[in-house]
Amino acid sequence: MDRPLRLIAANPLDQLARTLEALLVVASAPLSVQELAEAADDHPERVEAALGLVGERYREGRSGVVLEHVAGGWAFRASRDATAACARLFERPAQRNLSQAGLETLAIVAYLGPCSRPDIARIRGVAADSAVAGLLERGLIAEAGRDDSAGGAIRYRTTPLFERVFGLESLSQLPRLDDLGADAEQIRERLHEVAEKRTA
Amino acid sequence: MIVRELELDLDAFEGPFDLLLTLVLREELDLRELDVAGIVLAFLERLAEREELDLEACGEFLVLIAALLELKARGLFPEEAAELAELEPEAAAEELARRLAEYRRMKEAAAWLRERLAHEGDRFFRTGPAPLAPKVETPLAPQQPERLAQVIRLLATPPPEVSLAHMALRFPPVTQFLERFRAVLRRRTRFDFDHEVGSLSRIEQAVAFLALLELRRTGEITIDQAAPFAPIRVAIAGEEIPNRDERTVTWTVRSA
Repeated sequence: MDRPLRLIAANPLDQLARTLEALLVVASAPLSVQELAEAADDHPERVEAALGLVGERYREGRSGVVLEHVAGGWAFRASRDATAACARLFERPAQRNLSQAGLETLAIVAYLGPCSRPDIARIRGVAADSAVAGLLERGLIAEAGRDDSAGGAIRYRTTPLFERVFGLESLSQLPRLDDLGADAEQIRERLHEVAEKRTA
Repeated sequence: MIVRELELDLDAFEGPFDLLLTLVLREELDLRELDVAGIVLAFLERLAEREELDLEACGEFLVLIAALLELKARGLFPEEAAELAELEPEAAAEELARRLAEYRRMKEAAAWLRERLAHEGDRFFRTGPAPLAPKVETPLAPQQPERLAQVIRLLATPPPEVSLAHMALRFPPVTQFLERFRAVLRRRTRFDFDHEVGSLSRIEQAVAFLALLELRRTGEITIDQAAPFAPIRVAIAGEEIPNRDERTVTWTVRSA
């Protein structure tokens, strides 16, 4: 018998770890510690400790199945060693051929969501209809109520699948918006430069 | 060079500029989908093919393309058109810079996502419908098996056989009523049929009526009825029924 199995068998959390393995292998979406604790009928603290054991056994380089903390929960995925084999057999429609327009729209929804199509169009300067429809179809964004304004445009937010596809534990893992892009002052200066060139 | 005949080959439209304008004015083409820069490029290419500068065509083109741009801008920012028009040049520049900065940040965020996907995109995982919500258990009230057995035993007993005795029809003999009516007519010359049989059952009344018909057939009595459902009067044959002309008696069987 190999080492990791003995490692689990020697631990008092052995039975709980096995139960968590079973729950995670059946799940089609990440399960939170709370959900796992309720299903296993055990304490969240013990579940977290047992997840440590499971993670030790299912990690890159040791197993073809890898435990990951993603989208606010825990889930199994294929190891990176198996990527090529998986790619020959399985499709990943959520992320295939994501266009620049799609990515920009996704970024806006991820940072500003819930937001409506007019909100997105204001920032990108072009209609967001087809980009939003594409992201909806991929399951990366979902409807999240309506605007309070008279029109009541549908608002969108990103889905757990988005976090999963991009390997994010949560949206807070996105880089701070202030750290991105040139600041307004730089742009202002460039605008003035352009204006001066024209008048000259 | 005629601007209106400028041939365009864009994503959203293919054909002469003239037709494009018509479609836009009829609102059959969504301006937001239209690449205005593509139109400008097509015009510039055509312009470059010529030796001399066609100022008239350029002027016309500028007017048309400016109108298109304005329409497109209004379409994109319907509520803000008025708001922006009121801004001072300085404030407008400020607003523009703010928006550009906002877009720049989102573009950077998109680039970050793209890079992230490049690193994380080789992860394969199971996707599918969300797992079933856990079933809510509704505990049953305490049960009494003895009571259930008792009720089932009650249901299992075959029901008592239904008696059909009362449904048998017993007809008294017609002769009984022949005798009875003859006896009545011996005492008095006439009588009222309804009155005579009123206390009898339906079956007996029906048999009594048959007896009445029999008596009339043998010519022992005459029968008279003033109107449908009126009392049937019976008299010994040859005896005059008062206040009544001698005529064919029509009678109707009275509903018993």
